[in-house]
Amino acid sequence: MTALLLAAEDVNVAQNVAFGIIAFIMIVAALRVVTTNNIVHAALWLVVVLAGVAAQYILAAAEFVAVSQVLVYIGAVMVLFLFGIMLTRAQIGSEKGLNNKSWALGIPVALLLLGLMAYVIVDAYEDTVLPDRGPTPTEALSDQFLSIYFIPFIALSFVLLAAAIGAIVLARKD
Amino acid sequence: MTMLAVEIPYWGQSLFRVLGGLVAVLLPAGAIVYLFLFKMMSFMQSRLGPMEAGPYGSMQLLAEVGKWMQKEDLAPEAADHRIFKMAPLIVLVSTFLLVAVIPFGPDALFTNFSVGIFYGLAVASVSVLGILVAGWASANKYSLLGGLRAAGQLIAYELPMILAVLGVVIQAGSMNLQTIVVAQNTGEIFGFSGIGNPFILTQFIGFLIFMIAVQAELTQAPFDMPIAESELVSGYMTEYSGFRFLIFFIAEFATAGVFAMLASVLFLGGWGIPFEWFGWTSIDDVDNWMNIVGPLIMFTKMLLLTFIIMWVRFSSPRFREDQLQTFAWKVLIPLALANTAITAILKVAF
Repeated sequence: MTALLLAAEDVNVAQNVAFGIIAFIMIVAALRVVTTNNIVHAALWLVVVLAGVAAQYILAAAEFVAVSQVLVYIGAVMVLFLFGIMLTRAQIGSEKGLNNKSWALGIPVALLLLGLMAYVIVDAYEDTVLPDRGPTPTEALSDQFLSIYFIPFIALSFVLLAAAIGAIVLARKD
Repeated sequence: MTMLAVEIPYWGQSLFRVLGGLVAVLLPAGAIVYLFLFKMMSFMQSRLGPMEAGPYGSMQLLAEVGKWMQKEDLAPEAADHRIFKMAPLIVLVSTFLLVAVIPFGPDALFTNFSVGIFYGLAVASVSVLGILVAGWASANKYSLLGGLRAAGQLIAYELPMILAVLGVVIQAGSMNLQTIVVAQNTGEIFGFSGIGNPFILTQFIGFLIFMIAVQAELTQAPFDMPIAESELVSGYMTEYSGFRFLIFFIAEFATAGVFAMLASVLFLGGWGIPFEWFGWTSIDDVDNWMNIVGPLIMFTKMLLLTFIIMWVRFSSPRFREDQLQTFAWKVLIPLALANTAITAILKVAF
């Protein structure tokens, strides 16, 4: 809670204002993702949310992560989403029956997730203030990846490899 | 910032950057369309091309733009109007974002972004979104098919492009485009520094892969399956007319120019001349007049590379869809991976 109060004290710092504007756009877009009744529109609103995440990374001076976000999520994942939607069902205009019966269950789950993540982040960092420094150099990131986070990094790549092989096995008919 | 011994305030710099961005996008587009699309193609096909408007038809561009601007802003009745109108802008915005990281001189740059080339590749991939939704929103089967083909092709050729750039990044030891330029112009080949060390010499395979991938990203023949005019009637662009078609058209050739600039920065030494010639040792020594000469050098290299792109476009037949995908996944990507591995080994060894 102290962290929130700390931010409130100098709420007029340019970064905070920018954060607020981007966060507002992201929330509106995120709500539109689940309320719009056209799948392609939902995917495009999701692009806005993901672009907002990239913008927040830039504000946090994490250039490399921001660019990765654009390349991976907007340039690849969302294009794949749209590609999949357009190959199967992509009507123009509003569609009916996009919600399933248990849609209301999503609300408590989302709130729980928000509470959990907010608690974990506030609990872990409390009122630590980030040192006022420039953008994180990419070398620093790669040094971390290839030293103390090496094992998780390699393990993650094995998960991706397994997923890729699984997709091929599922897709192959012969 | 001081440029040519004049102190420029921040708002002035911002204004210069916006104007510079417009010039850096529109000037190559105009030059490519007039020189290559109108004139070179005509000469290759034994005809004259536009000759009426201005001397040698040089005012033809103005006539074309005027024609397009006058037309009605049409959209098919069944189309998703909002997205239909937005799609060309997404493609053009991607081009403008791309030009923002390209350096044109020691100080003549928009932003000195430390992960420049990575950013460039990322925003270049945003244009796929615009093309895909343009095809969908047109409410036309041919358009949708063109959009889908474009997305499949652009995703496939993005990988070899990124991997080809990786070789350059390993060799220069930086993703900053300015540092890559300096690395090439201060480099030496076995102790001889008279021509610097343009990476086209050491990364020739990377250069080839990059140019092939650029050809495919721009959907120029032989990779023009998405806009195949004889079967898809221009694919995702079919329903567009008037100034929205003009935006697609400008974006296509402006992106050709911007990718050519990117290739010349990565492989041909960018704006620089070998620093040895004038006794410069680092970027700080470079004289101010390079801010004028640098863009001209970049423009020349850009024209040279777009000449090759257009030359290939006018003289090759179209790849079949399966050949196109096989070529990307089974030839270019393994080759690019091998190139990256060899570059990394050699970098560590020397």
